[in-house]
Amino acid sequence: MIAIVKYNAGNIGSVTNALNRLGVESKVTDDPTELKTAEKVIFPGVGEAGTAMKYLRERGLDQVIKELKQPVLGICLGMQLMCNHSEEGDTDCLRIFDADVKRFLNTSEFKVPHMGWNSINSEFRIQNSELLASLETNVDVYYVHSYCAEICESTISSCDYILPFSSALQKDNFYATQFHPEKSATVGEQILRNFIEF
Amino acid sequence: MLKKRIIPCLDIKDGRTVKGINFVGLRDAGDPVELAKQYASQGADELCFLDITATIEKRDTLVPLVREIASVLNIPFTVGGGISDVSLAKEIIKAGADKIAINSAAVKRPGLINELAAELGSQCIVVAVDTKCSREGGKLINQSASLDQIPPQVRNDQNINKVFVAGGRVETELETISWCEEIERRGAGEILLTSMDHDGTKNGFALEITDVLSRKLSIPIIASGGGGTAAHFEELFKDTQASAGLAASIFHFGELPVPELKKQLLEAGITIRTT
Repeated sequence: MIAIVKYNAGNIGSVTNALNRLGVESKVTDDPTELKTAEKVIFPGVGEAGTAMKYLRERGLDQVIKELKQPVLGICLGMQLMCNHSEEGDTDCLRIFDADVKRFLNTSEFKVPHMGWNSINSEFRIQNSELLASLETNVDVYYVHSYCAEICESTISSCDYILPFSSALQKDNFYATQFHPEKSATVGEQILRNFIEF
Repeated sequence: MLKKRIIPCLDIKDGRTVKGINFVGLRDAGDPVELAKQYASQGADELCFLDITATIEKRDTLVPLVREIASVLNIPFTVGGGISDVSLAKEIIKAGADKIAINSAAVKRPGLINELAAELGSQCIVVAVDTKCSREGGKLINQSASLDQIPPQVRNDQNINKVFVAGGRVETELETISWCEEIERRGAGEILLTSMDHDGTKNGFALEITDVLSRKLSIPIIASGGGGTAAHFEELFKDTQASAGLAASIFHFGELPVPELKKQLLEAGITIRTT
């Protein structure tokens, strides 16, 4: 069973839907025991970093997530919250990935939010990540975000928008994507399937 | 590079797509869910559902439909049509839509944009703008050899583009460019710009106004109205900074299937998603 972290962020239902389409059972929960004992955990989210971290701390979920031992996949805001610090609301985050999250500088050429289909480039220290296995080259995935994590030791793929940023991260049992695999057509389904089949 | 998006738009009435959509190989051409799946598998980048049900109380059919679409669709989708309050917008997002689109409700009460953005986040809020050249504006363009020869400030001051509501039937006091600037200021995440002069003509998009707005604003513009051929989408993406092109009948009637359009755009050097 896959546990999906329940907190005050939107878009959690679309992850449940995507898992259903893949025939995988999941449960949305904020119960620490359920999260700790689940086979895998997905930490999704669309929302604001400051209010989300506050919510997690008030319920002790910040410690629970950090101490999980099974594979964990953060998505979008979930990934940003797994980094050191976010410029959004000047928020201290979970410090799982050693990267800071910064706002895109908008210009008329580069709209913010960075919204739409963009690439994933995977030429980093961690090669052949199992999360991004079996993907064709030059595939596009769906992004919607105004803040992004810098390139760091844990970067497994990047995307170029104004500047290169981390589009996926991996460290020990923690995985994360800035893009939305649950909205990224068949490419996203492959990535979710990879995570499910670890 | 960020890809230009191709967005088929489906009109929904009482939970069904309006008559006329003729998709090859579809069991039920009136079923929006079947159509949505078909478009996603063809490579549409996003879908837009416009509910044209006349009744004011549309929650009963629309919300369950959104839930059903969300359960089968693996690409983002927007839902619009008669959304005029925060509570319905919230219900639609909760049912699984990625974005909601508002139009006349925003003209009537611009504060709604702020409320929706605060409640749901800017990225969820699309404001649809129906624009049309006013009569003096039309003359101004005709008298000039090219729009480029009119200084931008004159273009704006002459109020050549006005916002219309009620499907283009009712002219408002709003001038299109300043209304779009206000929409951005109030926190919308995207503008769906439909040129009523071009809509249904299949003669090409409204390039001038789209170009001016897409350079002026820092939120994405989805251009709609007039797209009839791949060449129209090509000029849209070459001559303006529009982020997406939206169309309906050319896709529905198989005149220009999404894969064919994308193939031609790729050959023309437009950055689009082909996977």
